[in-house]
Amino acid sequence: MKRFLSFVKKEFHHIFRDVRSLIIIFGIPVAEILIFGFAINTDLKDARIAILDKSKDVTTQQITNKLLSSGYFKIDQYLDNDQQIDGVFKKGTIRGVIVFEPGFGQKFEKEGSAHMQLIFDASEPNTANMLNGYTQGIINNFVMMENQASSKNLTIVPTVRMFYNPNLKSVFMFVPGTMAIILILISALMTSITITREKELGTMEILLGSPLKPIQIILGKVTPYLILSLGNVATILTLAYFVFGLPVEGSLILLVAECTLFIFLSLSLGILISTLSKTMQQAMLISMVGLMMPSMLLSGFIFPVENMPKVLYYFSFIMPPRWFIEILKSIMIKGSGFALIWKETVIMVGMTVLFITISIKKFKIRLE
Amino acid sequence: MIKIHNLSKKYAEVEAIKSINLQVKPNELFGLIGPDGAGKTTLFRILTTLLIADSGNAALDGLDVVADYKKIRELIGYMPGRFSLYQDLSVEENLSFFATVFGTTIEENYDLIADIYKQIEPFKKRLAGKLSGGMKQKLALSCALIHKPKILLLDEPTTGVDAVSRMEFWQMLKKLQQKGITILVSTPYMDEASLCDRVALIQNGQILTVDTPNGISKSFSKPLFAVNASNKYQLINDLRNYDLAATVYPFGEFVHVTLKIKNPDTEPLKSYLISKGNKEIQVGAIEATIEDCFMELMKNGERRMNIEC
Repeated sequence: MKRFLSFVKKEFHHIFRDVRSLIIIFGIPVAEILIFGFAINTDLKDARIAILDKSKDVTTQQITNKLLSSGYFKIDQYLDNDQQIDGVFKKGTIRGVIVFEPGFGQKFEKEGSAHMQLIFDASEPNTANMLNGYTQGIINNFVMMENQASSKNLTIVPTVRMFYNPNLKSVFMFVPGTMAIILILISALMTSITITREKELGTMEILLGSPLKPIQIILGKVTPYLILSLGNVATILTLAYFVFGLPVEGSLILLVAECTLFIFLSLSLGILISTLSKTMQQAMLISMVGLMMPSMLLSGFIFPVENMPKVLYYFSFIMPPRWFIEILKSIMIKGSGFALIWKETVIMVGMTVLFITISIKKFKIRLE
Repeated sequence: MIKIHNLSKKYAEVEAIKSINLQVKPNELFGLIGPDGAGKTTLFRILTTLLIADSGNAALDGLDVVADYKKIRELIGYMPGRFSLYQDLSVEENLSFFATVFGTTIEENYDLIADIYKQIEPFKKRLAGKLSGGMKQKLALSCALIHKPKILLLDEPTTGVDAVSRMEFWQMLKKLQQKGITILVSTPYMDEASLCDRVALIQNGQILTVDTPNGISKSFSKPLFAVNASNKYQLINDLRNYDLAATVYPFGEFVHVTLKIKNPDTEPLKSYLISKGNKEIQVGAIEATIEDCFMELMKNGERRMNIEC
């Protein structure tokens, strides 16, 4: 234990005496969270929706068919009553719900005006906005065709509701993503660099030649980064809450616990990278190109995973941040409890165990 | 204390060491002398359990370097060839870190390192990266000694260190030896060989000879002459062109020469040099130093290599 503590102390000395490390650990998180405030453009196809048809007549059927054949939407399920709406959104599989009022077709034909409601999951504000636009466009097109055919002046009045993020703030989208990227950066990149640095400077030779066990070396190396990463989680959440007004709807304890799990996952990735590389440059390259880039592009942070080509879509399954971002959105914006994110949590735990097992197998008790 | 038997190690294409046999007695100051690339570092890494040999075995204090590597790591003090301390930690932080790594404290073993550490103690708040070469080396030795090792393995500790610091360093090693520590030290400087109890000359991964420094000097069979003249450059060129000269090596202010004939008569050599126009010629028979022997052995070793190739 004393050995371990002195190792941790030594590691903190390394970090606090190196300006570059300090910038990466404390400067980048704040800078990134502020910079990423701008929305990122996305395009959509096959968004899953649910339909609550209280009228079930020819007109609603026609509109439904038109929506579903547009290529933008795909039916997930038909609902029976209003109470189900909240539940299907929380499950996270659908992007929107379309509600037709009772007697929709009759009102449309006889009174010349019918009402429908469009509800979208706005925890991804761009997606929600776009889906809203597409839906209204399709409905307008339908109304126009009807008017031309019957030379009447019919209207459909859609009421739009955005769930979870009524003001369509894009901060709700980028905070979870930025958090994932920053934690990967600090935990995985910095850990892999600090371990390979010992190899490069030759100090690993002395550490290996000493009675220290590999597990002591690794734990001593990663503990400081675990602590610093947790500090960063606090910073990001505070910034997001006070500067951007992001809510934390769900349990804060659950949120912090999931963040800790993700930090462990990133640290284990960092250790794995360090066992695979001999020099700092190599470790940096693997972390940046092999981890950071795919994390940003394929995790759903910038581009929705649903819109990716099939190959990339399945590839995104192995990106740790993908699951983490999903969890963050669920807890922070939708206020989901553990029951709704246990699957993602299990996947992250599995990945962590896998990486740690490989690292321990790969860690060399000798030089090459 | 250290037993090496038929040890071989190959890196991809290069054979770093070829079936080496060596024994170091308890409490001996043993020198491993050889040029860069001779295989010294490889041998050290095998002994410090950091590398596994391809064949053969080695034991330290009766413990096998492969099977008992954990016990060996408690027992040895190792100073790698490159300065391998934390440059961004201060002198004191480095020392106390390595003390805790080995489960001890600076205070507990202070008497062992006192002589050495006292010299750098005034700078204990300074970062290790900002120390001079000699001070770095003293710090590294202190760190290697902090856990009272039974065996000290020093890989080229004096490389890149000034002459005064080198002498000081060897005096420290002698003192440590008196405290009962077995020391295996490697160096590319042949003049340091005479300071060891016994030395092994290593070249191209092979041990050429193992003996006491005296024994090695005595093994030099041919008569050796120290030659001097006013114009040294001309002298060396003339000697190298002399038909009967076997070896010609400049050694300080003299040139050491051996002849192809056994006759110790120096007159023909003198008259040859005079005929070439050298002035103030001095020629004297001398006892071979250990360096002469090494030059000779290494030349033979190289010749053997060339024949093998």
